Amino acid sequence: MLLELRGITKRFGPLVANDHIDLVIEPGQIHALLGENGAGKSTLMNVLFGLYEPDEGEIAVDGSVVGFRGPSDALAAGIGMVHQHFMLVPVFTVAESVMLGHELTKGSFLDLDSARAQVRTLSERFGFDVDPDARIEDLPVGVQQRVEIIKAMARDARVLILDEPTAVLTPQETDELIEIMRQLAAAGTSIVFITHKLREVRAVADVITVIRRGRVVGSAAPTAPETELAAMMVGRAVMLELDKAPAEPGAVALSVRDLLVLDGAGTRVVDGVSFDLARGEILAIAGVQGNGQSELAEAIVGLSTPLRGSILLEGTELVGLSVRDVLDHGVGFVPEDRSHDGLVGDFSVAENLVLDLIFDPRFRSPLGVDLAAVQANATQRIEEYDIRTQGPGQPAGRLSGGNQQKVVVARELSRPLRLFIASQPTRGVDVGSIEFLHRRIVSERDTGTPVIIVSTELDEVSALADRIAVMYRGKIIGVVPGDTPRDVLGLMMAGVPLDDARRQAAENPTTETKLEEGDL
Amino acid sequence: MSTVIEDRPVADAPVMSARPALRVPITLGVLGVIALLAFGLGSDSGMDSTFNLSFRTDVVQLPDLVVPTKGTCLVLSLLCLGIAAYSYFLATRLRKTPMWLTALYGVAWVFAFLVWAIEGKSTSLVDLLQGSLLLAVPIAFGAFGGVFCERSGVVNIAIEGQLLAGAFAAAVVASVTDSVYLGLLAAPVAGWLLGLLLALFTVKYAVNQIIVGVVLNVLAVGLTSFLFAAVLKPNAETLNTPPLLQPIAIPVLSKIPVLGPVLFRQTIIVYAMYVMVVVLTLALFRTRWGLRVRAVGEHPEAADTVGIQVNRTRWRNVMWGSATAGFGGAFFTVGYIGAFGPEMSGGKGYIALAAMILGRWTPIGSLGAALLFGFATKLVSALSVLGTPVPSQFLQMLPYLLTIFAVAGFVGRVRGPAAAGVPYLKG
Repeated sequence: MLLELRGITKRFGPLVANDHIDLVIEPGQIHALLGENGAGKSTLMNVLFGLYEPDEGEIAVDGSVVGFRGPSDALAAGIGMVHQHFMLVPVFTVAESVMLGHELTKGSFLDLDSARAQVRTLSERFGFDVDPDARIEDLPVGVQQRVEIIKAMARDARVLILDEPTAVLTPQETDELIEIMRQLAAAGTSIVFITHKLREVRAVADVITVIRRGRVVGSAAPTAPETELAAMMVGRAVMLELDKAPAEPGAVALSVRDLLVLDGAGTRVVDGVSFDLARGEILAIAGVQGNGQSELAEAIVGLSTPLRGSILLEGTELVGLSVRDVLDHGVGFVPEDRSHDGLVGDFSVAENLVLDLIFDPRFRSPLGVDLAAVQANATQRIEEYDIRTQGPGQPAGRLSGGNQQKVVVARELSRPLRLFIASQPTRGVDVGSIEFLHRRIVSERDTGTPVIIVSTELDEVSALADRIAVMYRGKIIGVVPGDTPRDVLGLMMAGVPLDDARRQAAENPTTETKLEEGDL
Repeated sequence: MSTVIEDRPVADAPVMSARPALRVPITLGVLGVIALLAFGLGSDSGMDSTFNLSFRTDVVQLPDLVVPTKGTCLVLSLLCLGIAAYSYFLATRLRKTPMWLTALYGVAWVFAFLVWAIEGKSTSLVDLLQGSLLLAVPIAFGAFGGVFCERSGVVNIAIEGQLLAGAFAAAVVASVTDSVYLGLLAAPVAGWLLGLLLALFTVKYAVNQIIVGVVLNVLAVGLTSFLFAAVLKPNAETLNTPPLLQPIAIPVLSKIPVLGPVLFRQTIIVYAMYVMVVVLTLALFRTRWGLRVRAVGEHPEAADTVGIQVNRTRWRNVMWGSATAGFGGAFFTVGYIGAFGPEMSGGKGYIALAAMILGRWTPIGSLGAALLFGFATKLVSALSVLGTPVPSQFLQMLPYLLTIFAVAGFVGRVRGPAAAGVPYLKG
């Protein structure tokens, strides 16, 4: 099926999310749509899928113009979509999820047997091994994604849109997904692969279209070097490799011993974790989302109380202290969800920059808060961190993701620290800001502050870490040097112990590694 | 290349609780000790408790059930303590107490209480059961109405108002037309009209569902009370003397001892309740409609992406649910009391909401919970007639205490439809 987008324009108020975008998707082709977060890729695909109506432009299937008034029209035209946030009902079974919207019935009742059979057939065809009676919420994300693909294929999708499909996967799972994409393409399904990860695009795409600020800025061959793709995506040359001096670790500053944290349901989310961290060192906590990394960070800051264990920072026991006390002991914290936990969206940039500093003598006045000092601080930080705002008075919620994160990091680093913890410091942040934030974190390390980075992005972990602790199901599966190969880290993230991971990685290099080494 | 992945430990590690959950065993234990001390050891030996098993009007009269008070109470409270001990044993092994065991405990405890309360006197068991069933009817219909709405993602606090509107409409229409069945038809229409307002504000205009529901309740109370005082009271003869529904005995079934007259010599509203619970259960869990409704209530975006019209589904379900609650309201007037009185629903709509939660958003569970509340209410009136050792004010608290325990999650953590209460707005 030949799919054409002609001059698609979509506006949200004054914001032009898609500006006259033209795109042709040939049958059986893997078409990568490359762009930064917020470039307008997802908006474009939601237009294509009928979730948004375009303000201008048209969609043509096999040469004839179609009008999609809703997802059901798009589905009927043979377009399937795997959303970034899965569209699966957690309490449904796999069979129920696959049949939803085009249910087979026997008499008045649902024909679950046929749905099960359909899931089994499709699952066998792609080698998925998905149980039709498993409940969605009990399945790991990688399997949920397969359910989404089965869901699309069950409706005979001839164009499959995958929106950031690798964000939740380990490198090995990504590899399997790439294999599935190839298999689907070979069978004649066109694939639109939306991503901002350069490695994957080069590994799998037939054609690459780059989108920046809502416009198509060009297309490239998969053989194009990463730096060239990155430059097209960002609009200027970027440094992909972070050059940092080797760490000069000092004395041990933080030592965590046998930490046990339970969640509300009594599950051990952090299960007997112990590690040491020296001054002037970056320790990255790597792992697939949901393996206890976030909970570990929250326990150190005092947001949750461990059932057992100790957290010693420069000889002070942090367990049992309030968050305020922990912060006063010199801990800086960048929370995972900045718009929820890091900022007050309706407060101004200036106010957000002193959110946890109002007890600091710098901002105290006889009446409470020294507003002039707050204002001066804001002007200085905006300058220092290159925060793109209309001024210190602009509500922080209106800033872009990258600039919001700069506000949070600027605040946390604006006082002398004994420990700096950043959870997902660059999630949803544009490449330009990532570069800046990474350099800022490294320079904080170089002043002698011990740093913990919690990240699910292997690129980030490899770029920043002096040492890497990999977490799996609440336990640290191993602590390895910062230059450990991605394949080994990926296997460890899936629970394989270090020695086995080394052996397996040597035996079965992933596609990306082969690509880098020139084997393909 | 897939060989790499197969080496990975696939099975999910069992969820490990660090501490045994002792809340249930401790509660059962404390209540068991109370039963033993108060009912078992607190009653006089040599006294009997008598239960009548037939109505005086029944053709076949069953002999009364006479039990020794002290002995029965001792046996039952020891049974309760035994279950509590077993529950503790299970908890130390990190296992949950099975539901049927808790139910058995409840029955034994209540029976012990009953035997103790009527020491030296007699009460009618059939009357107690029948009364419980009747008092459960409006609660059950209200809860079904709630299930309709909440399963599609709309919280219906307005059940109370819909019951009241249904009661009013049924009384007036039945009085004017002198047809009880037309009254029965008018009740769901009245509920439906309130539902129209609920859907308009919550689904179309995305106003906070709780606030709209509360406002509609106030509206229904105000409107019916005003109309009662201004119109019905002066013209009570023509407008507020509806004919009453007559019980219909089902052949054969109604001849079953004890249960026959209780379950199968009832009015059409009660039979409608039986039908409703079966139909709604099948519809919700076995049909295309039910699957789609549940998807809309759990994850509206997911439903939207497979072409299901989220807000249209919600509109329809709010209308169905409100009509169901309105129909239940007819029970107050044409099914039970025979005339409309201001605020006669007396908070049953809120109890219905609690019954729906206690019943975990299922029709069968809701009916069970409604019967429980009905029993508690009936027990209070039966005991106050007999004059028991417990002050009547405490007894009257019983149904509401039960509600608080139920909603506070005494039965365990309950999880409702994930999107209930959240308006669906397209981006």
